Parts: sequence; structure tokens; C-alpha cells
Amino acid sequence: MDLYEFQAKELFAKHGVPTQAGEVVRTPSHAHEAAERIGGMVVVKAQVKTGGRGKAGGVKLAKDANEARDRAHDILGLDIKGHIVHQVLVTPAADIAEEYYVSFLLDRANRSWLAMASKEGGMEIEQLAVERPEALAKVPVDAIVGVDQAKAEEIADAAGFDVSVRYQVVEILKKLWDVFVKEDATLVEVNPLVKTPTGEVLALDGKVSLDGNAEFRHPDHDVLVDQSAEDPLELRAKEKDLNYVKLSGSVGIIGNGAGLVMSTLDVVAYAGEEFGGQKPANFLDIGGGASAQVMADGLEIILSDPDVRSVFVNVFGGITACDAVANGIVQALALLEEKGEAVTKPLVVRLDGNNAELGRQILRDAGNPLVELVDTMDDAARRVAQLAAQGA
Amino acid sequence: MAIFLTENSKLLVQGITGSEGTKHTIRMLGSHANIVAGVTPGKGGQTVTAEGRDIPVFNSCQEAVAATGADVSVVFVPPKFAKAAVIEAIDAAIPLVVVITEGIPVHDTAEFFAYAEKSGTTRLVGPNCPGLITPGQSNAGIIPGTITKSGRIGLVSKSGTLTYQMMYELGDLGFSTAVGIGGDPIIGTTHIDCLAAFEADPDTDAIVMIGEIGGDAEERAAAFIKDNVTKPVVGYVAGFTAPEGKTMGHAGAIVSGSSGTAQAKKDALEAVGVKVGKTPSETARLMREIIEAKG
Repeated sequence: MDLYEFQAKELFAKHGVPTQAGEVVRTPSHAHEAAERIGGMVVVKAQVKTGGRGKAGGVKLAKDANEARDRAHDILGLDIKGHIVHQVLVTPAADIAEEYYVSFLLDRANRSWLAMASKEGGMEIEQLAVERPEALAKVPVDAIVGVDQAKAEEIADAAGFDVSVRYQVVEILKKLWDVFVKEDATLVEVNPLVKTPTGEVLALDGKVSLDGNAEFRHPDHDVLVDQSAEDPLELRAKEKDLNYVKLSGSVGIIGNGAGLVMSTLDVVAYAGEEFGGQKPANFLDIGGGASAQVMADGLEIILSDPDVRSVFVNVFGGITACDAVANGIVQALALLEEKGEAVTKPLVVRLDGNNAELGRQILRDAGNPLVELVDTMDDAARRVAQLAAQGA
Repeated sequence: MAIFLTENSKLLVQGITGSEGTKHTIRMLGSHANIVAGVTPGKGGQTVTAEGRDIPVFNSCQEAVAATGADVSVVFVPPKFAKAAVIEAIDAAIPLVVVITEGIPVHDTAEFFAYAEKSGTTRLVGPNCPGLITPGQSNAGIIPGTITKSGRIGLVSKSGTLTYQMMYELGDLGFSTAVGIGGDPIIGTTHIDCLAAFEADPDTDAIVMIGEIGGDAEERAAAFIKDNVTKPVVGYVAGFTAPEGKTMGHAGAIVSGSSGTAQAKKDALEAVGVKVGKTPSETARLMREIIEAKG
């Protein structure tokens, strides 16, 4: 889960990383009030989970509360790379003498952690890495030892921090490492870390991604989920513990196993090219078990998506045999009918693997006219795309 | 001969008394696995009876290894306790530890992976993987033993169900070993490790490599193939339609900015002469053509 800047800064403050106070507001008039409380020059910053806010006009300076209200009015509602701004952070304007960059992240290639630091912060770090790679220090961090005093000094020195800020940077690196480990983050980034004219170093921005697998040991992270910004279908799916991602197409997809479902999306998109560009409407992995209840929950979510015009159920019977999966589909359709949500969109089912023929026979015997059986994944994808095109 | 797992492998199951552990112990026994021990802390001295065999349960890996000589551990321990379980297996110097568990925090995996590297004694497979099978010889994990028979194709894949699909499509030809390396951002055994092992394995003639979005393991595998693999390799990559910034089921399956895309992986593989199928079926067809051309 990616956090908003203000949430990242709250975690920074919790672990003693110096940062700036600020207030998050959702209306121009609240921005006015916040700026009055803060006093003096303020910065109004769009809170969206993407980079490049400044370039997109999402970060503005305001000399007083009236201007803060106007700037908030400009920024709220902006579309920044597909993210609509619903809230802004109002924060004191800091005088900046120098801008730096520091981060901790996952290095997948080396299967460990990596620290990055530079004296040249403020710009997009990807750009710096390409244009002046020598200005960006990269220091591997041992996952067992972590960032102790020696490692923090090594990072600061690799980036060449001046003696006047070295001590502060080292302390900040150790505290950011606490954020990284104790909050189970996969990314902690400060860009820029600034030096003020009085020589104080503080985090002016913050980016944090948290590991979803570690939720079980962070009940306090629940409040960081911004329900209003999530897709309503994804929220409902999450409540039912379904692995669902909403996409933009017309073909609903249910399958078992993440790899097979990703592959199903691709195969449907290829087949859809023949039928006016039909595309998958979602990703939904119901896992190896594929019980009737899970199948019903999945079908319910997909059929309630107004974009969906046909549904592809693509199951490989590995651990679970296909007859069990077929029974699951039949029961799921009955469950939905009992709830008064009878299926009205065509379903294309492809069963392969363990007891596939037995499973197909169960579906043929059930005789639901909306359920169509196709033997192979490629043919089924073509058929379901065709049905989606017909339903348009 | 196969890779990593043979008929001589002696397996222990960590978490054998849990529901998943017991279920898959029965399945593994049904597909030639020689399971000699189970480990569940606090349940030492008990016995798990499966497929007509009495498997002794020990409190720790150390005890299990001392008593039975187990040299492969299959881990079914829940995410909360997985790190401790894997570290215990490494401390017992078990040469191959297969972590099936899904949902382990990546900080825990980073730690036990680093620990395994330092030990120098243990190869990790996974986590969040289906394990590996050498058909007709042994089975360490949850790959169904009934899909295919022993043959001369090697398979390495990030995805479980795509592994099963591919084994099924090429079921008449059979496989030397199929390794599900897992879909987490940090995994113990990589595509490259498997490619190197298959290249060296006299019982493997050709290799199927299945990848998916996220990271650059496939690109690095392509570079490795160019310089080190002489056997034919056929590839498949899943996730062309995945949107940027969304995790697609597997914790590691995410396109970040412009990195980790399926297209980049396909291009890298094709650039070194690997034929990449557009669908799993086409991939299987490409492999079939290679095997049949060899006669």
C-alpha cells in the first residue's frame, strides 16, 4: 500500500525524523483556516499517490490565508496522472538552502535492501540516475545487520554529505531505517531532504509503501487505508478476501492462480482484437480451493460490474479436481438465484486438468442456457470476446 | 538424474500437523516422495499416519535430521511463524528448503534469505511457490503428481497454475523436473539457478521458462541464456494487460513505472533467441516442435 505524503510524514514524526507540521484539508475554506493557524507563508500540496505533482500544478506557494484558499481551490479536483486530488496538505513554507535525496528500498535483483542518497535532491531521482549516476550513491544494506551507526555513516559518506550536515543526515538515516523496518515498509523515500538557511536538516516530502503481507502485525495501519479513493468493487472484493483488480474492459474474468489469471487477461485481450477491441474487465484469482462460496462471491462481484457483458471462468484443476469446481459453479449460480440476483450475462467456462470431462458433464447436466463450455483456453477467450461484442 | 530433487531425497515436512501440511503430506506420498519426518514444535513424539506410513513428528528440525537424515524440508508453516521455521531448517543445515507458505512479510524473507546465503549450506525455493516435482521420483510441495510423467523437458516458473497448465499440455512428453520458484519479490531460487541446473542435467533436453510482470528476473535470465545455455529454451510471460502500479495476485507481480513490463521481458528473451509463445498453448506447441524435431 502506497501512503499519501501526509501519512508518510506522520510515520516519520512517530520515529523521530524531523519534518514539518501541517494540516490536511478537503475544502478551500478549510485551507484558509489552516493557513491562518500556521501563519505566514504556506505551501499547498496536492495529496495524490503519484509523482510529478509540482510539474502538474499540484504544489503552490501562498503568501497568506486568502491566497492559500485560492490555491487550494485551484488544486482540489485536479487530475494528476489519473489521480484526482481530493485533499491538500497545508504546511509552513520552508526556506531552502540545499536539497538532498535519501531512500531505502527493495533491490529485487540482489534480493536485499538498498540505500540510495544524493546531495542533489529535488529533481526526479530516475532522471538523476540517468543523467548523473555518479551523483547518486547506492549502498547495499544487509537484511540481518540493518542500518547501524557504521552503515548510516557509510551511506552519508558515499553521497559525500558535507561535514556541516553529516551528523544530522546520519541520525535521520538511522531513524528512517526504523520507519522502514518497524513499519514493514518496502520503500521509504525523502525527496527533498532539505537544509534550511539556519542549517537544520528536515524531510520536506515523504513517500512510503507498506507491505500488505505484514498487515497481521500492524493493526494500526488499518486507518491508513483511504476507502474513499478505492474502487468500490475492489473494496467489496477485499471485504470478501478476494484477490480482485478492476480493469477497464467488458469481459469479466475468474480463474485460479495468479499466473493463470494474468495469462487469461492477456489471451482475452488478444482474442478481443478480432471483436472490436474487447478487453478484460477485471483480474480475479479465486485460488486453488475454488469452493462454491468463493465462486459465488466472485461471480456476484463480477456480475454487479456494469461494464461486464460476458464472463470467462477459466480453471485448471490441479489440487482441486474439475468436478468439484463444476459443482462450485452450479451451486454458485443457485446461490445467486436464491438471493434474487440471477445471472443474466453469458458465462464461458473452460475446465482443464484433473477430472475435466467429469466437470464438463456436471455443467452440461445442469443445463443452464447461459453457461457455455469451451475446451481450450484460446477458443474460450475468442468466444467470450465475441459474446461481449454482441452484448454491446 | 533431474535437478535438486531425486528418488534419493529424504523429505521432512515442517508444519506436518496443520491442515495444509497433513493434506499435502498425503499427496506427496502418493507421488513417490520419501517423507521420513515431520516437525511441529510441541508435538514431538506423535506420529502422523498417511498412505499406510507412520511418519514420526519431532519438535525441531535438528532432532528430525539427527534421527532420520532428512535432506529436504517442505515448509507449510503460517506466515507469522515462517521466518523462525526457515531459520531453524537452515540451522539444521538442510540442503534444500522449499517454502510453500504464501503471505510472508518481505522483511522476514529478506532476513531468512540473507541467513541462508551466509550459511552456505542451504538452497531455498520460494516462498509463495508450489515447490518442485521430479515426476516418478519425488515431489516436494503441492504440484499435483498426476498431471504428467517422467520425461526430458525441464520447467521453471513463477506461477503454480501456469506450471500445471504447461505440464498438462506437454503431459505426453513428460518432464525431468518442474520447479515453481514463486511469485514473491524476494525468492530463494531464481530462473537463472534453474536454467544453470537444467543445462548441466544430462536428463534434460529442453527448457520451458515461465515468467510474469515485476522485477527484471526474466531480463537477467535472458542475459544468462545468451552466454551459458546451449539447450533450447521456450518462454512464456504473463501480464501484458496488467495496469501500472497494481499488484496482480502475486506480491511480486507489479509493473512499477516503466519497469517490470511483460513486453520488456518478452523482448529480452526473443533478443537472445528464445521463442516466446503468445499464449500458454502456443508456448507448449513451440516446445513440442523442438522435441519432435529432435526425434
